[in-house]
Amino acid sequence: MSPGDTLVEVRDLVKHFPISKGIIIKHKVGSVRAVDGVSFEVKAGETLGIVGETGCGKSTTARLITRLLEVTSGEVLFEGRDITKLKGPDLKAIRREMQMIFQDPYSSLNPRKTVGAIIADPFVIHGLETGPGERKKRVQELMDRVGLNPEHYNRYPHEFSGGQRQRIGVARALALKPKLIIADEPVSALDVSIQAQILNLLRELQREFGLTMIFIAHDLAVVRHMCDRVAVMYLGKVVEMAPSDALYSQPRHRYTGALLSAVPVADPELATRERHLLGGDVPSPANPPSGCRFHPRCSHAGPICSTQEPALTEMGQGTVAACHFPIADDEVGDLLPVARGRERL
Amino acid sequence: MSTEQPAGALLSVENLSVQFPTHDGVVHAVDGISYTVDRAASIGIVGESGSGKTVAALTLLGLTVTQGAIVTGQILFDGRDLLTISKAELRHIRGNEIAMIFQDPLSSLHPQFRVGAQIVEAMRIHRSITRAAARTRAIELLELVGIPDPRRRVDQYPHEFSGGMRQRAMIAMSLSNEPKLLIADEPTTALDVTVQAQILALLERLRHELGMAMIMITHDLGVVAQIADRINVMYAGRIVESAEARPLFSSPQHPYTWGLLRSIPTLDGPRGVELLPIPGRPPSMIRRPTGCFFHPRCAYALPSHSTIDPPLSDVGLEGGGDHRAACLLDAAQRQAAWAALKGGGTPEQARVAAGIEQDVVPVAEAEIVG
Amino acid sequence: MTGFIIRRLLWGVVLLIAVIAVTFMIFYLLPSVNPAILRAGRNGSPKIIAEISKDLGLNHPIYVQFWNYIKNIILHGNFGYSYYYNDPVGGLIANRLPATLSLTVGAAFLWIVVGVPVGIISAIKRRTLLDRAAMGTALVFVSAPVFWLGLIALYVFANDIGQFHVFPGAGSYVGLTVNPLKWFESLLLPWMVLSATSTAIYARLVRGSLLQVMGEDYIRTARAKGLSERRVILKHGMRSAITPLVTVLGLDIAGLLGGAILTEGVFDIPGIGRLNIDAIGHGDVTIVQGTVLVASIFIIVANILVDIAYAFLDPRVRYE
Repeated sequence: MSPGDTLVEVRDLVKHFPISKGIIIKHKVGSVRAVDGVSFEVKAGETLGIVGETGCGKSTTARLITRLLEVTSGEVLFEGRDITKLKGPDLKAIRREMQMIFQDPYSSLNPRKTVGAIIADPFVIHGLETGPGERKKRVQELMDRVGLNPEHYNRYPHEFSGGQRQRIGVARALALKPKLIIADEPVSALDVSIQAQILNLLRELQREFGLTMIFIAHDLAVVRHMCDRVAVMYLGKVVEMAPSDALYSQPRHRYTGALLSAVPVADPELATRERHLLGGDVPSPANPPSGCRFHPRCSHAGPICSTQEPALTEMGQGTVAACHFPIADDEVGDLLPVARGRERL
Repeated sequence: MSTEQPAGALLSVENLSVQFPTHDGVVHAVDGISYTVDRAASIGIVGESGSGKTVAALTLLGLTVTQGAIVTGQILFDGRDLLTISKAELRHIRGNEIAMIFQDPLSSLHPQFRVGAQIVEAMRIHRSITRAAARTRAIELLELVGIPDPRRRVDQYPHEFSGGMRQRAMIAMSLSNEPKLLIADEPTTALDVTVQAQILALLERLRHELGMAMIMITHDLGVVAQIADRINVMYAGRIVESAEARPLFSSPQHPYTWGLLRSIPTLDGPRGVELLPIPGRPPSMIRRPTGCFFHPRCAYALPSHSTIDPPLSDVGLEGGGDHRAACLLDAAQRQAAWAALKGGGTPEQARVAAGIEQDVVPVAEAEIVG
Repeated sequence: MTGFIIRRLLWGVVLLIAVIAVTFMIFYLLPSVNPAILRAGRNGSPKIIAEISKDLGLNHPIYVQFWNYIKNIILHGNFGYSYYYNDPVGGLIANRLPATLSLTVGAAFLWIVVGVPVGIISAIKRRTLLDRAAMGTALVFVSAPVFWLGLIALYVFANDIGQFHVFPGAGSYVGLTVNPLKWFESLLLPWMVLSATSTAIYARLVRGSLLQVMGEDYIRTARAKGLSERRVILKHGMRSAITPLVTVLGLDIAGLLGGAILTEGVFDIPGIGRLNIDAIGHGDVTIVQGTVLVASIFIIVANILVDIAYAFLDPRVRYE
């Protein structure tokens, strides 16, 4: 696999969680359509960001790729091979190639295990590094690489700070030298000054180990910093996918525009009191709107939007977006305070 | 101590300290902070965990007493010292003249009481009003904060609301007695970004409509840039910089503020540039560093900074309004350093630009990581 | 909510049938309890036993016997016949029920009225001398076996054999309708003894539950609204703290209704527990079968009531 080849591809990924009702016998009355037809690919060596708000399905997608959840339908192709039906030793072998880093450093580490044991777990599970003292050596190398003191091998998670715990999670994910790392909101629970440390660490490690990364976050600025390409999800579907430069300077989908417009900018000059606020709440994934799922909240929705669901269409600059009335070039200035600021300069 | 406040000042905090005795020692959560909030003004308090920002806010309403806090100093509110008035008087102010909203609206509302009942209770504590009238008012308030279908929602339980609506309900409850001051402790941290924008806009609108002052506590510099007229940056229990919003962002005067501004990714800066994290991590609140609290993590510290503790003092900038920082560097050095950082330089380059001696390596870089 | 209740009730019925079946199976499979042998007495010849077996329907296949059994219970309230007392079991149990009921309800009242406030005060004055003394005393009572407590109580306070002639001694129980005053007097000591352990348990339970609740964010909100500390604790705090208590209370009462065997034994109160022990003593299987079944029914009913009460108390539970 060389850089540029597709490492992971998902095709028409669907995950529905059934809702049952009934007094005596429960029958299925509907489903929560958490992921409802998602397709994208990730090339070796690149970082794909997935952004979206609550209920968009980004975390579910991550878990479907790593088979922590089973798909309702669709395919997940890893190095060209569909992994959704793998079982037993085949599945275990695939697990070595893809690892996850989780959001909450306080609950994703077993409080009863020492740090050394936590990081060594992958070796234990896959029967690797069995030579005398080899495991400990490898674990301490990893600890050092992520910025932890290797002498703290025998300490317990509660003796570490949030940022350090997240480093433990990173070390554990790297232990097996996976090809793909999926980071699900890895810095959301951390303080601002620690976030930068962890983000820098992830970028260094990606370069050093040639990792491919899927980076899931709700913080658009963080995603912009870390990712080459970004997919925006809303109510179980990808509504826009573009290289970072394009997405942040020329968003096409109205929801992307609303997201970018909502981000509070650390500059009082640009902070305006007249942004285009998105009204209402996200509809329930059990009952998504007809046609384009975003149309009830969209300021530019037309009649077609409630009847026909738009497909992902090329919009130039490598962007694809599913929108009947995408944002035009000259509308961006209005929408994004940063763009407005740039114009002023 | 006098209870005189400058005209226009609603809240004057004077040298407030909050300590918690624990098994491991005394935790100095808040260490002598002073600031003022004018009527109808909007103040932002920015800090990370351990900065003392939440403890300071809770102490304003006397809510840290149950955890054994030892509080010294003065909190002058509308001519009364909140630390010396009777418990009954303080209770009379809570939820009435000073209201507070918290970070997680799901856990902050009682799960077993209906939302409307909780709002009604907030009113009936402080004035004699019939249940029926209070309920009508509660419905009005829910509508005011933008909750659709308020007549139905008023009888629902908190878990039946979405996150954004819950926070709106909390805001409605806090406004029910038309407070003079609203303290908002990270009100949007747990919310999606589009919902956050809605809530911040709502708070701003209500603030102007009701002529209410607001203290917004957050770790998000973007949020304070948006909503605060004046910003206090807190670190290790102290205010290290205090300025109006524009000067704070255009010419910050404390290395911690520089660190914060340079370590957050932005929507418009050049991509692919390394973030500049602040090395190390916040100090223990039990055994604090000697001298300047920030010096172990500061790239511009001189040896003397480990022995001298800088007070929060005027930075002497022209036309910047009341701008103070607790830093031992002089104005020229700071200006040069920030200019270098703003242009994309590293702290090392900034140090050189400021003419600060080269052979000082911050303790933090060597060993401790956060 | 109604769906919830209906579901619980239906499950209750299913459980009831299952319990009847299991009870039946246990007693059917127990050796040496052939009722025919019992009935025949000491000198039962095989011929007489065979005749009695036929009479009692013991020769029928098991499912026929079971069907008769369940039919009798549900349609006729016929729990069987005791050959020792020469009375239907159902009637015997019904006679003993008022005594057990009096004992249970009084004890429950006492342990709630004493235990809950002690728990609340302990929680408020956490780690003070008062709290430690209360919890220490509670520990003693939790550890002490109830019959020991009963005997000590009699030894100290009974007006016939005790040191201080304060309360009526064992065996002085009379029915409420017979002589209300004597009924009340005779139950005072048993009530105190029976509730001692539970008071301690409930005090500790309330303390723990309340302490946990008081750390919650919504308590902070209640204070921030300006509520007095008393109302914060009693209205907001107890409302949440009480839900685990309800579960425990329902089951405790149900358990005691099946017969507080030890207390009834020590104080010689003619309740279901006493009936049970005596029946075990002289091998009267049908009575034991009946009391076991009745006790199980009380527990099933209590479980249903507790679940429904829980759903009332905590609105988050209703949606399933």
